[in-house]
Amino acid sequence: MLRHTAACFAAGLALASAAPPASAQTLRFGLMEDSDALDPTLARTFASRMIFAALCDKLVDIGPDLKPVPQLATHWELSSDEKALTMHLRPGVTFHDGEPLDAAAAKYSIERHLKMPGSQRRGEIAPIDTVEVVDPLTFTIKLKQPFAPLLAQFTDRAGMMVSPKAAERLGDKFSTSPVCAGPYRFVERVPQDRIVVERFPAYWNKDQIQIQRIEFRPIPDSTVRLTNLRAGQLDLLERLAPTDVPQVSRDAKLKLGTTYELGFQEILFNTGREGSPVADARVRAAFDLAIDRNALNQVVFNGEFLPGNQWVSPKHPNYVKEYPLPKRDVAKAKALLAEAGQPKPQITLTVYANSEAPQVGQVIQAMTKEAGFDVRIQATDFTTALDAADKGNYEAYLYSWSGRPDPDGNTFSFLSCKAPLNYARYCSTEAEAALQAERGSVDAGTRQAAWKRLADRVLTDRPGIYLLHRKLLWAYGPKLTGFVPYPDGLVRFTGLKLN
Amino acid sequence: MLRFLAQRLTLAVPTLVLASMIIFALQQLLPGDTATALSGEERDPEVIAFIRQKYHLDQPLPVRYAYWAGGVLKGDLGESIRLQKPVSELVIEKLPVTLELACLAMLVALALGVPMGILSAVKRGTFADTLANGIALWGLSVPNFWLGILMILLFSVHLGWLPASGYVPPSESLVDNLKAMAMPAFVLGNAIAAVMMRHTRAAMLGVLGSDYVRTARAKGVAPLRLILRHALPNAAIPIITLGALEFGQLLSGAVLTEQIFSVPGFGKLMVDAVFNRDFATVQGVVICTAATYIALNLAADLLSAAVNPKLRRA
Repeated sequence: MLRHTAACFAAGLALASAAPPASAQTLRFGLMEDSDALDPTLARTFASRMIFAALCDKLVDIGPDLKPVPQLATHWELSSDEKALTMHLRPGVTFHDGEPLDAAAAKYSIERHLKMPGSQRRGEIAPIDTVEVVDPLTFTIKLKQPFAPLLAQFTDRAGMMVSPKAAERLGDKFSTSPVCAGPYRFVERVPQDRIVVERFPAYWNKDQIQIQRIEFRPIPDSTVRLTNLRAGQLDLLERLAPTDVPQVSRDAKLKLGTTYELGFQEILFNTGREGSPVADARVRAAFDLAIDRNALNQVVFNGEFLPGNQWVSPKHPNYVKEYPLPKRDVAKAKALLAEAGQPKPQITLTVYANSEAPQVGQVIQAMTKEAGFDVRIQATDFTTALDAADKGNYEAYLYSWSGRPDPDGNTFSFLSCKAPLNYARYCSTEAEAALQAERGSVDAGTRQAAWKRLADRVLTDRPGIYLLHRKLLWAYGPKLTGFVPYPDGLVRFTGLKLN
Repeated sequence: MLRFLAQRLTLAVPTLVLASMIIFALQQLLPGDTATALSGEERDPEVIAFIRQKYHLDQPLPVRYAYWAGGVLKGDLGESIRLQKPVSELVIEKLPVTLELACLAMLVALALGVPMGILSAVKRGTFADTLANGIALWGLSVPNFWLGILMILLFSVHLGWLPASGYVPPSESLVDNLKAMAMPAFVLGNAIAAVMMRHTRAAMLGVLGSDYVRTARAKGVAPLRLILRHALPNAAIPIITLGALEFGQLLSGAVLTEQIFSVPGFGKLMVDAVFNRDFATVQGVVICTAATYIALNLAADLLSAAVNPKLRRA
């Protein structure tokens, strides 16, 4: 018995000494929230996208400059009528279960996104009619009508491929053990505590993957997340609070990664609310003129964000330059209110009860008061605010959108007459025509003209007032190198090293 | 004794049913729709309709309760809509963590509160009494969040003695487990210790002034023996009652402390579930907490009845 125990002990020691030191090989990544279901078809949160960046490669990726770059598809062609996209897959790619990633698997994944009950991807790729396998590494996507944002959709979850074998076996429980073709494979998940993935040895680009394991740890409070980084319990954290930037900059051991987001913060107005002052476009214009975006940015966000007035930031290639950032003009705002016959409009502004939104509300309240507005702030939790927006039970709503690589993802769902996110109840035939035009062609000139026509209408009607574009902030410890910030807020693990 | 036990058990069942009905009804008062909350940024109407149908959210309230209660009777607490995992699995995962944190916090509270209370009562009116009262006041006033962050800064960032957050199961490493739990247990126990100290002091003062203690002192009983053997046992009853109440509260999850130290217990699970309108999870956690609470109370009643025969006849 004693000999047996000693042998076990010795074997244990040998194993322990042979294994690489966990801390040197494990990247501990602090997330702001826990992920929802780890199924690319069903997932809906930003946190899940963070984890998919390790687990699931996409057909196409975006570069730091927002241009599409090959990932699982090496190249692609669009037919002359823009209704067929042929994609060529990278040879020799396998899923984490060893199954080959071929055209049949790609067809399966895209059809799963389209047909699975509860799929969150269906709306993103709805214009797809059929997917046809051409040869083992080539497939063609036939569209019902031209759809310019399609390639951009494939740079996110709609472009993620899942193993057909695993998806069939697990059904709607796929999220309990996701099998994709990314650089890391799933190990375990303890809800609210950690999600662990490990390096996939057969990954097609394995030479670029240096870190052995990644532990995603949800820590909702940004102060606590930063304290953990400073204590050496984390190597990387996302969504650092802008007010903590000076603290990170002062600390010689910590590094900061920043880039501007693809999304925006805006004040949405319920234009269809009868009897409310916000139903009048002149009142909305006055509200816009009463706001000083630069001051708002300085006061609440330490000047870290980027003031904006459109669905894309002033640095974006599709920004409509004919409509630059407006200057605050209280006198003009007062004149507009007088013209509308509402010199002292009372407006309820719904904001999330987090650490920043109520502050934004208070600054706006103070600024607009000078023009005659009486803004009442209603702070509520995310779900309640969303419910109110859905039911049209609000007047003004401070809303944030995470953004999409193609500007269509920042506009169509909000401004098209029957779109599900049209909380403003806005409908304009000219705006609708412009939206259809930008969707209908991949030609850059045609699309930019459509964006201009959309701006002509929307920035005059103001169903919402675009305020700011957040800066995405990451902080990381001294051991991590090779970190490159991407505007979609996701981390690319290729090239990352832990020294 | 058996009759007493039967009486208490008979009461426990309707209490649980009532608790489940109240929490089920209360959740419906929350504004916001589960299906909308879970339909993602895109709010696809088809997805919303699918979620409603899958989780019976399109059914009237009594029907939904019947679905849930029927599941519970078969040992199925439902499925977390957000995490797509059976609630019973989540409860089994989180309960040991919450139990451990509650036990350690109680240990801290007892180890700090009771000796300080005794000292304060015995040395009434002295500097030691004022100091103990001051510490108790501090313990009651200091916010958990602030104390937690300060402790992380001191013990994790500057001294590097303890991990700033996270949880290590004792099966993996008992030492790492205790290291991870030390700060959260202290932060939680600290506030309870303050209440303990005040109650111990009051109870001890009452007992120390009684005739039998004075008689014992006159007979020359040693001071330490007088306090520990004669006074403390009689002063202990309100302390035990308080301890049981506080322990019950700890079991429902210490939300703030769990958030600061990223301890994956009931509190974090519950808060996430409420914000995401993940009703099955809220319901499951509440019912398990209620059951544990009732079981604890039952145990306390039985213990009191065993000690005090008068209670058995009451």
